[in-house]
Amino acid sequence: MNASDIVAAVLVLGGSTLALTAAIGVVRFPDTLTRMHAATKPQVLGLLLVLAGAAIRLRGNVDVGMIILTGLFTLITAPVVANRVGQLAYREQNIRDDLLTRDEMHEFAESGETGGNGPN
Amino acid sequence: MTIVWVIAAVMLSAAALITMFRLLAGPSTLDRLVALDTLVAVTMCSIGTWAAFSLDTTVTYGLTALALISFVGSVSVARFRVPDTDKSRAARRLR
Repeated sequence: MNASDIVAAVLVLGGSTLALTAAIGVVRFPDTLTRMHAATKPQVLGLLLVLAGAAIRLRGNVDVGMIILTGLFTLITAPVVANRVGQLAYREQNIRDDLLTRDEMHEFAESGETGGNGPN
Repeated sequence: MTIVWVIAAVMLSAAALITMFRLLAGPSTLDRLVALDTLVAVTMCSIGTWAAFSLDTTVTYGLTALALISFVGSVSVARFRVPDTDKSRAARRLR
């Protein structure tokens, strides 16, 4: 047990805590947009922390490349999924208007522009 | 040192369990999609924790595969799913 092991353990613990908070948010939050917020941000950061801890523990191994690749894929794909889900939830009005402080998609619709990426 | 891995495993198991509640309860398909995404990410966290604990590198390829498959699955469901009907919308209000 040396310093790098302790750093890796702290990273894995922090990542697990973030995953747990994301799961609690998914269960407790009231509508689809807030659930998506909880599922996207802490989840990706938690996954990256766990992967960093694993990479530190497995340092010097060839397979660390796959771990880095996984982190990159997650960073690239998570915003895409969040964008699709958020837009669908907004379009089907599957949200609670009273929880929004500002509705920029609605301002777009009133000015005649399409606020999204075209038809579905 | 083992206690750290045990704590991480317990927290990830609890996260997976309570995510499954949202996956079953819905109420809309988008909520289930979000919950499924979270579940896959928790699985990836667990695999990473296992790799860090056991120094076993054979599972890292599964990690990459899960990242790709979950992205393709989520985008396909978001693109091709059937929108919720008014009937299920009424059932959602009762909840």
